[in-house]
Amino acid sequence: MSRPFTTLVAIAAPMLEDNIDTDIIIPSREMKSTGKTGLADGLFAGRRYAGGREPDPGFVLNRPAYARAGILLSGANFGCGSSREHAVWALVEWGIACVIAPSFSPIFAGNAVRGGLLPLVAPAETVAFLASVDGPVAVDLPAQTVAAGGRSFAFEIDAEAKAMLIGGLDAIDLTMEQMPAIRRWEEADQRVRPWVSTPLG
Amino acid sequence: MPSLFDKLWSSHEIAATPGGTSLIAIDRVFLHERTGAAALNSLAAAGRSVRHPARAFVAMDHIVDTRPGRTDATLMPGGQAFITETRAAARANGLTLFDVGDPDQGIMHVVSPELGIVLPGLTLVAPDSHTCTQGAVGALAWGIGSTEAEHALATGTLRARKPPSMRVRFEGALAPGVTAKDMALALIAAHGSAGGQGMAIEFAGSAVRALPMEARMTLCNMATEFAAFAAFIAPDETTFGWLKGRRHAPSGALWELALAQWRLLASDADAGFEREILIDAATIGLMVSWGTSPSQSIPITGTVPADADARPLAYMGLERGQRLLGLPIAGAFIGSCTNSRLPDLSRAAAIVRGRRVAPGVRALVVPGSSAVKRAAEAEGLDRVFLEAGFEWRESGCSMCFYAGGESFGAGERVVSSTNRNFESRQGLGTRTHITSPEVVAASALAGHIAAPE
Repeated sequence: MSRPFTTLVAIAAPMLEDNIDTDIIIPSREMKSTGKTGLADGLFAGRRYAGGREPDPGFVLNRPAYARAGILLSGANFGCGSSREHAVWALVEWGIACVIAPSFSPIFAGNAVRGGLLPLVAPAETVAFLASVDGPVAVDLPAQTVAAGGRSFAFEIDAEAKAMLIGGLDAIDLTMEQMPAIRRWEEADQRVRPWVSTPLG
Repeated sequence: MPSLFDKLWSSHEIAATPGGTSLIAIDRVFLHERTGAAALNSLAAAGRSVRHPARAFVAMDHIVDTRPGRTDATLMPGGQAFITETRAAARANGLTLFDVGDPDQGIMHVVSPELGIVLPGLTLVAPDSHTCTQGAVGALAWGIGSTEAEHALATGTLRARKPPSMRVRFEGALAPGVTAKDMALALIAAHGSAGGQGMAIEFAGSAVRALPMEARMTLCNMATEFAAFAAFIAPDETTFGWLKGRRHAPSGALWELALAQWRLLASDADAGFEREILIDAATIGLMVSWGTSPSQSIPITGTVPADADARPLAYMGLERGQRLLGLPIAGAFIGSCTNSRLPDLSRAAAIVRGRRVAPGVRALVVPGSSAVKRAAEAEGLDRVFLEAGFEWRESGCSMCFYAGGESFGAGERVVSSTNRNFESRQGLGTRTHITSPEVVAASALAGHIAAPE
C-alpha cells in the first residue's frame, strides 16, 4: 500500500541533467539499515552536503525557493543504474511525490509506481518550460495533465500504473484475485516443462 | 512470425488485462543480502509467504568482505546486519542460500548460470539491475525493485506491460583482442545511455554467435547501462554444450525433452522488431570510458570529445581533446558480474604472466564466484596475479561499488572491468574508467592507461 496519488500542486525543483542515476539519488553508503525508512537524510547526499553533513547552498533542494518542493524536474533516463528501490523511498520520504522527465529507467519507473511516486514522462521542451515558470506546477493524474504558467500539457501513462497510483493499490492483492488462473497455468506448465520444478525438488 | 522475445513472453503469459498489463509467470527469483532481508521481512510483516521456495535463491555477494579469511564481518558500517538478517530470513523461508564460506557462494549472475539455475526459456527476476546478464542463455531475465521481488515471491508472477522489442545485430568478425565488453561499450557510446529505453533486446548476428557463453554474459550484462528492460541471445549449441551436466540443469530424458523445446527458441526469419540496430563488428576497437556514464566511452586510441560536458570533465580531471592512452592510474580492478568469469581471468593472466604491476598502482582480482576462484587456482592463475603484485580476493561484488566500506581514494584514477563509471561509484571522488579485463591488466603493468601489446 502506498499513499494514493490523484492531484498535486507543488513547487517543482529543476535538476535538468540527463542520466541522474540511483547512486546520485541515494548513494549506497546511505543505505544503512535493512528497512525502508530513515532514507530522506541520504537523498542526493553526494551533492546535497558540502563536506561532512553541512548543506551545500548551491544544491537545488538546499535553496530556500525549493526547500518545500514536491516535484522534481529532470533530464532523460532518470533513475538509471542500480535497481535500489531506496531511491524511490528516499524521494518520497523527503517529500517528492512526482518526477517529471523525458524518460525513466524502466526499473525506477516500476519502483516509483509501487511506492506512490508518479514518474511523469514529458518532452524535454515541456520540462524546460515548467522549469522556467515562476510558481507551482499542477499535476492532475486522473485527467493526465500537467499545468503551469497558464499552459497545460497532456501526458501518457500506462493504465494499470495510473490505477495503482490513484488507488494506492497493492499489486499483490490484485494478483491474489487471479490465483485460480495462476494455479491452472502452473499445472499445465508442469506437463509441458517438467524440468522447471523437477530438478529443484 | 514471432521473435524470440514474443515466444519467451507468450509462453509465460497467464492472463492479460484490457489495459495492457500481463500477468507473467516467474520461474526463478534471486535475492542478495543488500535488499533480501527487506523484501523477505516485508513479506512476512504482511502475513505472506514465499509460494515456491524451491525456485528462490539467495546469494551473499553485494557487501560481503572479499579479503582472504573473511567472516560475516564486513568493512561497510552496519553491513553485518544485512548479512545476518538476510541469512535468517532466507532460512526461515526455506530458500537456497549461497552463504559466506559456501563452496557455491559468488555473485548471483555468475553463480546462477554456473549451476544451471537459469536455463533457456525461463523467466528469472532479481532486485538487481544486472539481472539482464542471465538472458545470455536464452532466458528472459530482468532487474526489479524490492516490492516487485515481494510480488514475485508471494505469487510466482509479476504484472508487467509487454515492452517493445529491439534487435541488435553485430555482423562480421571482431578484430583480434576486441571483446564483448568493447561491443557493449561501442553500442552504448553510439546510441546513448537511454538508447535501449525500456526495450527487450535480442543480441544477434555472426559476431554474437561466435562468442563463448561467458562473453555473451558480458554483453547482456551491459544492457542495463543501455536502459534496456532485458537482453537475451537465442540459445544454440554453444549454450546447450555449456549448460549440459550443470547441477540444476535437467538430465537424462528431461534434458532431451528440454533440448527439443529450447531449439525452438529463436526469432523467426520474418519476425518484427520495433527497432533494429546493425553494427559492423570489424569496426569496433578497444573501448575505454572517459566520463561518468558508460555512454561516454571512446576507442582507447581516441581523444576526449570536443563537445564533452563540463561536469564529467571536471569530475574526471580531463580536458576536451585529451588522449586517454598514457593517463597515469592509481588503481586497477578486475572483477564484477560483467567480467569476473574464468575466461576473463585467464585472458588477463596471459597479459600479466611474468611481469609486475607498476609501482604505486593498487591492483586487485576478485573472482566472480568461489567456483571460479577454485578453477583459476587449479590453473595457477592466482600465482600469476599474486607474483605480479595483484591482490587475489574471495568472490563477491567487492569494489565495483562503494557502500561505505572498502574503496579507492578521492581523485584516484582507476581502470576497472566493471559496468559503471558513475560519480563516486568506486569511492568518494574516485575517477573510474571502465574497460575490458585485458586493458585493465595492461594498464596495471604500465602504470597508465595502456592497450595490451
